[in-house]
Amino acid sequence: MFEVGVKIAVSLTQISIVMGVVLLTVMFLTLAERKVIGWMQDRMGPMEVGPYGILQPIADGLKLFFKEDIIPSGANKYLFTLAPIIALVAALVGFAVIPFGPNMRVDVFGVQVQPFVISDINIGILYILAFTSIGAYGIILGGWASNSKYSLLGGLRAAAQLISYELNVGLAIVGVLLLAGSLSLVKITEDQCCWIWNWFWLAVPRGGGVPIPQILAFVVFVISAVAETNRLPFDLPEAESELVAGFFTEYSGMRFAFFFLAEYANMILVSCIAAALFLGGWNAPAPFLQFHGSLEHLAWLSGIMWFAVKVYFFLFLFFWIRATLPRLRYDQLMRFGWKVMLPIALGNIVVTAIAAYFFPR
Amino acid sequence: MANEAVPLNYIPILLFMAIVVAFAVISLLIGSIARPSHPYPAKLTPYESGSPLFSDARVPFPMRYYIIAMLFVIFDIEFVFLFPWAVGFKQLGLLGLLEMGLFIGILLVGYWYAWKKGALEWE
Repeated sequence: MFEVGVKIAVSLTQISIVMGVVLLTVMFLTLAERKVIGWMQDRMGPMEVGPYGILQPIADGLKLFFKEDIIPSGANKYLFTLAPIIALVAALVGFAVIPFGPNMRVDVFGVQVQPFVISDINIGILYILAFTSIGAYGIILGGWASNSKYSLLGGLRAAAQLISYELNVGLAIVGVLLLAGSLSLVKITEDQCCWIWNWFWLAVPRGGGVPIPQILAFVVFVISAVAETNRLPFDLPEAESELVAGFFTEYSGMRFAFFFLAEYANMILVSCIAAALFLGGWNAPAPFLQFHGSLEHLAWLSGIMWFAVKVYFFLFLFFWIRATLPRLRYDQLMRFGWKVMLPIALGNIVVTAIAAYFFPR
Repeated sequence: MANEAVPLNYIPILLFMAIVVAFAVISLLIGSIARPSHPYPAKLTPYESGSPLFSDARVPFPMRYYIIAMLFVIFDIEFVFLFPWAVGFKQLGLLGLLEMGLFIGILLVGYWYAWKKGALEWE
């Protein structure tokens, strides 16, 4: 009983820290996005609230909190409230299986716990995929329940887009699973120790041998992840020039904030997955680039730092792509997903399987 | 953990879900006390670029979405099968490789058929 109590207490602490960090990152991601895109377009971005506009997200949050919450007449009230909650929950719970730092055990009152992952379940990546699928329900339900044509069209588009690109995400991951032989993100990350070429994007086996690079799967994953999170150039579900705001046209106040939070939390989540699967997670690019020798006991700190560097690189990539590329047309989007990405992902699985059979790791 | 299959590992996940749901519900409830509420009919009409509503929003939508959904189900089941196969690949040996080759081959025939039929086109 005591053991379970300690574990629950540790879990609660981890959950609060992870939720706190994620929500804080989301807040400042909104500012970072406006700033980065502003600079890329030779503007300053938000400058009014606080020095250099750094308090802008707090002002935005307060505004959304105190804004009138409108439920349009004819909307299905329960689904209309449920949809943003589903989207938010699905986006946040995925963080439960992400390893943020080295897989080590710490003794808390005689109970062994893993400090840098909330729960090391052996089906980690499957669990995340399952919950991202549920997130699609939030969007579709929100679009349908609003009783507005723009919302309905946005919801339908989102549904078709999400399921199309979810396939590519799933198929791109299979290549990594073939190499790692596990669904647990902790184990997949540990397999990618120690040098930058041991990470699964190049996948040179640790003891030397034939590399089976997953760089194609990596590219497919990143592109599909951009589409999965409804980001430009794939933001057709909320294309403002055609659909006003897509599935959340009728949403205001806190419910709108939930959809917004969910979108940004999803961005962070897919960045974490991409970092953990293809770029070695918390592994440093080279053994001498982490704390070692007399600072060995601080190695976990450099692990967390490397993980953060990779995740923020992907987040920056999201903004960079948004500032660079124009939006696709819907037929282009579907054709690209089904006729370009899917064959590449399938081909990668076949090639990886054959290579992994003849050159076992 | 000594035994990875222990359901104990799922307790933190349930806790996490409970906390996120509680966070969402509580912030909605607190918000409902703090924010103003002055509804009137014109404010509550669905947005339609300023023009008065002329039909219900529950409009019929193209069959295309349905076809895409069916294709999705097929390929989704494919990768549900691929996941355990990929994890157990080393133990399955040559038989596993050949069987999955056959499985993907059959799917590719269906994929090729859908492509030729124009199910992947979007006009």
